[in-house]
Formats: sequence, structure tokens, C-alpha cells
Amino acid sequence: MAITLDSIGENKKVKVVSISGGWGIRQRLGCLGIHPGDIITLKRSAIMRGPILISVHGNQVALGRGVARKVVVEAE
Amino acid sequence: MKIALMGQPNSGKSTIFNSVAGYKAVTSNFPGKTVTYTLTKFNLFGQALELVDLPGTYSLTSFDLAELEARKYLLNGNVDVVINVIDASLLSRSLELTLQLLELKVPMVICLNMIDEADRKGIKIDIEKLSKILGVPVVPAVAVKGKGIKELFSTTYKMGEKKKIGKTLNFSKDVEEVIEKLSAQIKEKQISKEFNVPEQFLAIKYLENDRYFMENFKSRDKNIFKEIHYFQNLLNEVHGRPSDEVISSERHHLSMNIYESVVSLTKPHASLIDYLDNILMHPILGYIFLALIFYLFFNLVFNVGKIVEEPLLNYFYRIIPLIGKSISTETLLFSVISGIIQGLAGGIAIVLPYLFPFLFGLAILEDLGYLPRIAFLMDAFLHKIGLHGKAIIPFILGYGCTVPAIMATRILESERDRFITSVLATMIPCAARMTIIFALVAFYISPKAALAIYILNLIVIIISGKILSRLLPEVTPGMILEIPAYHIPSLKVALAKTWLRMKEFIFVAWPLLIVGSTILSLLHYFRADTLINHFFSPLTIILGLPLVVGTTLIFGILRKELSMLMLIQALGTANVVSVMSTTQIMTFTIFIIFYIPCMATIAVLWREIGSKRTLFTIAFTFILAIILATITRFIY
Repeated sequence: MAITLDSIGENKKVKVVSISGGWGIRQRLGCLGIHPGDIITLKRSAIMRGPILISVHGNQVALGRGVARKVVVEAE
Repeated sequence: MKIALMGQPNSGKSTIFNSVAGYKAVTSNFPGKTVTYTLTKFNLFGQALELVDLPGTYSLTSFDLAELEARKYLLNGNVDVVINVIDASLLSRSLELTLQLLELKVPMVICLNMIDEADRKGIKIDIEKLSKILGVPVVPAVAVKGKGIKELFSTTYKMGEKKKIGKTLNFSKDVEEVIEKLSAQIKEKQISKEFNVPEQFLAIKYLENDRYFMENFKSRDKNIFKEIHYFQNLLNEVHGRPSDEVISSERHHLSMNIYESVVSLTKPHASLIDYLDNILMHPILGYIFLALIFYLFFNLVFNVGKIVEEPLLNYFYRIIPLIGKSISTETLLFSVISGIIQGLAGGIAIVLPYLFPFLFGLAILEDLGYLPRIAFLMDAFLHKIGLHGKAIIPFILGYGCTVPAIMATRILESERDRFITSVLATMIPCAARMTIIFALVAFYISPKAALAIYILNLIVIIISGKILSRLLPEVTPGMILEIPAYHIPSLKVALAKTWLRMKEFIFVAWPLLIVGSTILSLLHYFRADTLINHFFSPLTIILGLPLVVGTTLIFGILRKELSMLMLIQALGTANVVSVMSTTQIMTFTIFIIFYIPCMATIAVLWREIGSKRTLFTIAFTFILAIILATITRFIY
């Protein structure tokens, strides 16, 4: 079943399956080390449906909810 | 010889630049801060070298304005040698940019910066091996401490002389084949000459669907597009995903392979600073600390400023009557002298005491890396006014000075976001307006009243934001923002940064202040100020302000802090409460905060958002100021 990055719990480790956004978002995420196949840990979610904080390749990245919704993941 | 510093955001390019330029570039711990490039000339081995600090770019496939500009410069600027600055603790990701720079086939040196930070994280890098794989020299450095800078530049100089080009590493066989075939086509049609880049680089960019190279294609032979689409589809079909993703994955894997072959991991040394996020980014505590930090920050600024302001003001205002004893107060000479003294006094006693602690505190917060954390915390709130978290950065910088705030809007991806953020940023009370709030309202009325002004200001900005985003409906692309590791701020770097920003006041605003103050004295001497005051009387009457305030409002457009200093001079006393009621002080301050941005801001707005939108901003803020000040007059 496809789940998206905005719907997983804190401290969960997931693997990126695909990025459903367009060219811009794919490239942007790629630059920060987020490609299909990469392992991501969700570190925290902000209140009021704010952004999420993830850890990828030892680096922290904040993603807005709208962006996170476009990242399809599976449990590791 | 022209040297360009190129690297991902926050890799320490500006710190390296500063160490040779003598603190001319502003650095900070925020991704994408250097929004225009800075250039310096310096001497090494008796040679005149030119060093350019380019905006941080994650990749050579560009999205935001800052990145596009860096790439343009690299392609057109006749750069002799590139220093690729890498944050050693983020080696694998940083290599993706390095690989693209190698594709460009320019002489290059790699600077492995923050090597101490990598050590702490348990990342040991085999420098020789890395250099062998990439075919370019690799120099380790700790730029903040000045370590490795000399070696870096002597190596760079040698590379620039030799013009030696690094290796281009190969992707998977099938991808390489496609690149080869497409670059053969490009070579045949001589397109790469148009862009002044190697054929292979262009072929890769076309496979990546790079907008710039697609749209700026001028050749008559449009058949090449068919070829490009054919090869894009080929990759798409074989790999089952878009060609741009295929290329970026290839590069990603290549970087990971290099990373794994040169790095040996040991146990990381945990530092207290790593736990800071447990508090500062906590869903509840984070906001409490955010409020607390800013409350303490402004309190500190106010208290430091007050301690210095009072005795200094008293001192200066004892001088003028002393001069009046030796030169008659009726003479022109006395007018000029007292004008100059008041201008000097305004700068030293009123502006500097608040400006310095504010800018210093901001520099510390920036260098620590707190700003992107604020963007994270505020994202949800900014969505309510149609923006996203990153817009908070221009806003915070706006509390220092509106000019860099508007420049910083370039980190936003969409043009609409940049426009809305620019307009709102002009309304944020900058340090100049802060001195008015502190020296007039907090000083003569109460600190609580000053706080009320800040809160009112925020409310007005929120409402204006809502209105503007209603007028320009568009879904923002959403925030994608790196949250860099905390760095313990270096006192030296923070002081240098503060000095750089103060310089703007000391050398630009202060002379203006003295000249302005003298002109006001002269106007007064020749009784011309009554004419100007008369002209402004419709405005001053609506606002219920003393007539003499009229002249000061013109000066406020030159520099915001001038209006207060001119006010003190126009009233003829430093003790403002003796001639103005608290309501009038409040009305005056509110009007000054919102009305027309200063000259420097108008100039930068003109460049960034265009003439029409700048005129809109001027009209919008002016009308807003009249409405708000009139309301204040009647309800306060």
C-alpha cells in the first residue's frame, strides 16, 4: 500500500518509493539527497499541520506538508 | 587570474572569502544567504588575483534566482579556476555538485571545509584517494579558524596556471551511451558553442530537462528537440522513470560510491549542541523559547541602549548652550554649528546605542543557525497568509534593515511570494525605526507601549498579507529547506558582521544626518521651514501633530531615523514630552513606521520587483500609514 511521507509517525524509518511531484520538486528533493531508494527518518512534525523534519544521509531537511504528501514511501 | 568560490549553501564559501577580503562578505548559517555575488581583488605571490563569492547552489540545474545567477556567472564570467567548497561533514551529498562541476571541464580545486566537524561526526576522509578519483587537488580546511586557507590559495593559483582539468566520471553504461549519442548530435549542430559549455555537459542538461537551456535555445535548427525528446523517452522507457530522475539517481549513486570508498566511519562524539533541537524545535517548547528568545533579545537591546543614551544626550545638550554663550544665538554661524552638533549627537547618542546590540544579537542568532529553525516553526502560520516558512527569513532580516531583507526574498521560488514578502518586509520596523520606537515611545511613554507597537505592526502585516494573497491567489510550492547543524558562533565573525552592517550607518546615514540637520537649521534660520510646514499642514492637521513636524517627514524618506532626530531639532528640545502629548508621540511613531519606505529601500524594490509594483508599495504604505495614524490619534 502506498503511504506518503506526511502520514507517518515520529521516529519511523522509511524508504522512498517515488516522488509524485513535477520536475521542480523532484530536482529540489534530489539536491538534498532525497531520491527513490533513499532511507529517511522522520524526526518531528510541527503542530497545526506544519512542516515535518526528516533526517536523510546524516542531514536534516524540513519539508512543508504539501511537499511531504508528494513523497511516496514504504516502511523499512 | 579570476577565481570563483562555488559550493552548496552553508558550506563556508563566504567565510573563506572573508578571510582574504577582510570581512567584506556577510556569512551566516542559513541556506542560500549570499544572494548576489561579491568580488574582491587581492595579491598572492606578487600576482593580482580576483576572487568571486557566488551564491550557494545545490546543483547546476537551477531553480531559484540566486542559483541561476551563480551558474550564469560561472558560464560567462571567464573564470580561470573554481574552488569547490564542500562541507566535509556532508561529503556524499556535496559530491553531486562536484560531479557537475567536473562535467563543465573547468580547472578546479576542492576545499574540504569544516573538516573538524566531520571528525566530530566520526567521518574520516582519505584525502589523497579522493583527489585521485576526481583528478583534482583536495585541500582540507577549517575556514572559521583560518586553517588551510593559505594552502588552498597556493594550490588554486597553481591549478589556474596549469589549467589542468579533472576527470569526468562515467555513469552506467546504457546512460553513458545515450549521453554520447546526444552529444554527438549537439556537436554536429554546434549548439554547445551558443552556450559556451562542453557538448557532454549540455547533453546531460538536456536529458535533465533543464529549463534554462531549453528555453534559451536560439539555433535555427529545431530538429535537435526531436532528438532530445527521443533520448529522454529512451531513458524513460528503459528505467521506468523520467529522464531527469534517471540522471540525478546516477549522479547520486556515483557520489555514494565515491563516498563509501574514501570514508571510514568511526564513533561520533556527541556534543551538547546536538540536543538543542530537542528544545528549540519541540512542537510546544519550541514556540515558548522562540517568544522568550525574542523577548530577551529586544529587552537587552532596549536596556543597553537606554544606559548609553541618557548620559550621552545630556552631555550633548549641555554643549549647545555653552556655544550660545560665545557666539550669539541669532547668527547664521550658530545655526550651522548647532545643526552639526545635533546631527552628531543624533548618531552617537540615539542611533548607535540601539543599533549595535541589535545587529550583534542578530549576527549571533544567524551564525548559530537559529533562523532556519524559526522558518520550520513558523511555516504553518505563514501558510495562513499565503506564504511558506522560508519567507520568515526576509522578515527577520527586516528587523535589521529592509534592504538586505528584500534582497533575501530571492531565496523564495515563486515570483508572487517574492512580491508579497517584499511588500510586507517594507512594513517591518527596521533598526532605524526601532530606534524611533525605543528612543521615543519606550523612553518617553513606556516599554509596554513600545511592545504594543510591535504587536500592532505584526497584526497589520498579517492582515496585509491576507489581503495581498487574496488578490494574487496561487498555491505556493511549499517549503523544502535544509536545517543545517548548529555552529557555535565565533565572536570574531559576529563582530565583523556587525561592523559591516554598522558601516552602512556610519558612512552613509550619519553624514546624511549631519547634513540634514544643518539644512534644517538653515531652513529655520531663513524661516523657510514654515513654508514647508504649511505645505504639509493638511497632513499634520489630520494626524493632530504640531505643525513643525511637517519638515521632518521629508527627511524620513531619506532615512527613517532622520525623522526622529529632525523632530527633536524642529521642536527645539530633546525633552519631547514637554511639547508633544503622549498621543502625539504615538501617532507620529506609527505614521513613521508605516509610511513610504526609505530611499535605499525604494531603490532595491525598484530593481527586485519592478517600477509598477514599487509605486504600488509606496501608495499602499502611505495610505495605510495615514489610516493607522489617524485611528491612533483618536483612540490612544
